[in-house]
Amino acid sequence: MSSQTFGKPDIEHSNPLARTMLKKLDYDQLTNCMRCGFCLPACPTFRETGVEPESPRGRIALMKAVVDGVMEPDQAFEDQMNHCLGCRACEPVCPADVKYGQLIEQTRDAIEDHAKHGAIVSGTRKLFFRGVFPHQNRMKLLGRSLRLYQKSGLQKVARGTGIMKLFPAHMREMEQILPEAASQGVVERIGERYPAKGQRIATVALFRGCIMDVLFADTNVNTVKLLSEAGFDVVIPKTQGCCGALHAHSGEMDQARELARVNVKAFKDAGVDYIVSNAGGCGALLVEYDHLLHEDESWAEDAAWFAKRVVDISTILVDKGRVPAFAEEAAEGAVPEAVAETGAAATITYQDSCHLRNVMKGSTAPRKLMKSVKGAHFCEMRDSDRCCGSAGIYNVTQPEMAGQILEHKMEHANATEAQYLLTSNPGCLLQMKLGIDKHGRGGDMKAMHIVDYLYERIARPGDEA
Amino acid sequence: MAEKALASKLRAIVGDRYYREDMEARVAHSYDGTPMLQALPDGVVYPASTAEVAAVMKVLAEHRVPLVSRGSGSNLCGGTVPLEGGIVMVMHRMNRILEVDLENLTATVQPGLITAEFIAHIESLGLFYPPDPSSMRISTIGGNIAECSGGLRGLKYGTTKDYVIGLEAVLASGEIIRTGGKLMKDVAGYDLTKLLVGSEGTLAIITEATLKLVPPPRAKKTMLAMYRDLYGAARTVSRIIEARIIPATLEFMDNPTIRVVDDFAKLGLPLDMEAILLIEQDGDPEAVERDIALIEEICIAERADRVQVAADREEAERLLTARRSAFTALARLRPTTILEDATVPRSKIADMVLRINEIARKYNVTIATFGHAGDGNLHPTATTDARDHDEVHRVEQAFAEIFEASIELGGTITGEHGVGIVKAPYLEWKVGSAGLDMMKGIKQAFDPHRLLNPGKLFAKETRKRVVLQHE
Ligand SMILES: Cc1cc2nc3c(=O)[nH]c(=O)nc-3n(C[C@H](O)[C@H](O)[C@H](O)COP(=O)(O)OP(=O)(O)OC[C@H]3O[C@@H](n4cnc5c(N)ncnc54)[C@H](O)[C@@H]3O)c2cc1C
Ligand code: SF4
Ligand code: SF4
Repeated sequence: MSSQTFGKPDIEHSNPLARTMLKKLDYDQLTNCMRCGFCLPACPTFRETGVEPESPRGRIALMKAVVDGVMEPDQAFEDQMNHCLGCRACEPVCPADVKYGQLIEQTRDAIEDHAKHGAIVSGTRKLFFRGVFPHQNRMKLLGRSLRLYQKSGLQKVARGTGIMKLFPAHMREMEQILPEAASQGVVERIGERYPAKGQRIATVALFRGCIMDVLFADTNVNTVKLLSEAGFDVVIPKTQGCCGALHAHSGEMDQARELARVNVKAFKDAGVDYIVSNAGGCGALLVEYDHLLHEDESWAEDAAWFAKRVVDISTILVDKGRVPAFAEEAAEGAVPEAVAETGAAATITYQDSCHLRNVMKGSTAPRKLMKSVKGAHFCEMRDSDRCCGSAGIYNVTQPEMAGQILEHKMEHANATEAQYLLTSNPGCLLQMKLGIDKHGRGGDMKAMHIVDYLYERIARPGDEA
Repeated sequence: MAEKALASKLRAIVGDRYYREDMEARVAHSYDGTPMLQALPDGVVYPASTAEVAAVMKVLAEHRVPLVSRGSGSNLCGGTVPLEGGIVMVMHRMNRILEVDLENLTATVQPGLITAEFIAHIESLGLFYPPDPSSMRISTIGGNIAECSGGLRGLKYGTTKDYVIGLEAVLASGEIIRTGGKLMKDVAGYDLTKLLVGSEGTLAIITEATLKLVPPPRAKKTMLAMYRDLYGAARTVSRIIEARIIPATLEFMDNPTIRVVDDFAKLGLPLDMEAILLIEQDGDPEAVERDIALIEEICIAERADRVQVAADREEAERLLTARRSAFTALARLRPTTILEDATVPRSKIADMVLRINEIARKYNVTIATFGHAGDGNLHPTATTDARDHDEVHRVEQAFAEIFEASIELGGTITGEHGVGIVKAPYLEWKVGSAGLDMMKGIKQAFDPHRLLNPGKLFAKETRKRVVLQHE
């Protein structure tokens, strides 16, 4: 058998983007796609539109056509690449194991190199990607201003005066469902170490995330306590930063790599057994740090060390922990009226985080946990494994497609008649809150992070926090 | 790009959104599931009704522009590659189930309907539509009909042609015809329904189909038989049929396939086995029990090393997964996977597998074989790399010789994937020159200006037969 490998086509592209794509795209992956079409039914954008260019097979064909010099990458090409949710539902169904996620990242990276953003967009991008996300303290500051805005009554004023009407509709909608920002993150609230309850099983580190620690700081605290209940010593290295996922997915690869190095160092120094993530979007990039840094020899080994240890909160609880008993009626006030009145079980349903499911392969553990809650009935919603349209900042950049996907998602969610709609990722959680706001069947459905839901239902006598 | 006048006429028929000639649309309709083939169309049209299809075809006929009708482009014979440019017509928007007639047990559907969605609906009504190509989650009913697709249930239940009883189709001229109907009997003239099934988009565009439904089997049982001896496995196939048992499914995997499948799916398959048979029977519970017991006896008599009957549906699913993952596993070995489908009389399965192995060795290429043993339909599958021209050339030579061997053993060049571009040079081997002329005459009658899917079925030149070298 021949083991010769064959490189990229030997052509001089006159188009600069095509030239960069020729340089950046993994040609083997482009060739590995055998165009069987198995990925089509898994792809949300194909399901919504039914047209080939909106499918993984179509997008790969377009990328390959550019690299091969069959077509010049035009605006339509760039738009098509941006239309992809990056949910990676196409990867697990692909018989040829094509690494679509890498191809789309490489393509967006190339596009970004050539992007001529308008002044406002590039200003905002720079501010967020370079100026805010990478810096935990600035995230905090942003959080505090957001909190100030929410607390000071400015929010009410803004909503009342109709200033928000000046913003595009989807931004207004998002503003409505943003939770209250916390001025204190998880470390400020419980310190850098939290001991295991009972016999220690292992020492784990919490990856606190940047958005998580500002908008969902409670969830971070609950994650730590849940880990402790399950028998883990938890450390929260202070020097950790943003995971870089938003950068990577938007084509800012160098920034993403820089952030990865910061995190690898922070956690390597902490010397832990596992690195726990409670946000599917972050976790999926964290488990791929080895791939992200594979060309950087001095970091490759540590990155591999890091990637091997990353695990989602639900998975580590189920696979390694002593899962506490959960009961719908355990915590004071946690009994929904429906249960109290009828004695019937509360119904919970679950929206998979695409990245948790498709990249971290963590779809069974959350379900096991939810099914273990006494007095609650787990009802699988149709297409729970399909992207909700949130996809990082997709709902902001592609509001139309995201809105369409969300509407269909909520039809399925409503059909379960669940009181709790649980998720494992902040983006999905916000999107579900938005969904309930816009398309809910009125009143009694609540979107929650699975950690918060479970933590509230641990059967424990006289809890102190 | 299509001429301006033509484009504006097409837009007037389907609306601006549904006629496209930008590069994005053209590139994304330049290929199908067949490796190594690609050609750009001039435009892509997405009609919503039979009337639109007819109007589009009238315009194209007037301008003498060719048309390729396309379902999901999952075919493996180059059937939807627009070799001569022209327009690709995507049927996806015509995807409705028009009627399920519970009195006549028929369903009438549009061609763009996804097969699995149709099957799910039919099963929800407590009925059964047996054709189940492995691609059913993507492929369309129209594509299934045009390719006469078969599946794992083909042995007992037949293939698509056995379930199509009526069609509506648009001819190259733009005229609309109707054939057959909700009739179980119909001998009024030539059977145009059967002629259109398997016509690969070269005779007409199918716009509606009436399909026969049957009651579902009441019970099902699955087993796996493993052999150290290839002939034992092959003899088992013949002996089961001889014993007048027709299993619902009777599938075969050779040793190289077992190895890759196990390597990927980690099912704990025995790696030292030469062949595995996967057998499923369905029907009335007592009959199923009796058949499975008999089949087990036959397997053991033919020196199966191990026979394993699935205890429950879950275990059965695991076994079926083993077979279904054959293609998956093979596809991961090398970048280019060429899945062929030579078919021989089922008594010749073992001879054919041995011949395939000999030929692979001779050309120094990797070919694993699995397939529908009960139908005699084998899928010798080459794993290669399209960029290695030398190796690909050897693969092509090997396949030419495999088709030759297949015909020599009384078989055919394709059992279910169709002729398209890939098998066109070999068609004459199977049907002879008089047969080929007859087929060309039929094509001429339907499509005198060669507008429908030109370049398919009929090659410019027939391949010369390979001279077989017998040792
Ligand atoms: C992984 C995989 C597994 C497969 N397994 C099987 C299998 O088990 N059995 C099997 O038989 N095949 C199998 N196939 C082949 C393929 O899926 C079938 O041939 C299928 O029927 C094609 O359907 P499609 O909708 O994709 O049609 P397309 O590929 O789009 O078209 C196929 C042919 O039909 C014509 N056509 C499409 N729609 C119409 C219409 N409305 N009117 C007239 N002509 C039309 C096209 O012109 C073309 O010639 C497999 C393919 C893949 C990739
Ligand atoms: S499933 Fe994989 S090989 Fe098949 S078309 Fe999609 S990406 Fe390509
Ligand atoms: S990542 Fe998601 S949206 Fe993008 S091509 Fe894959 S399945 Fe479709």
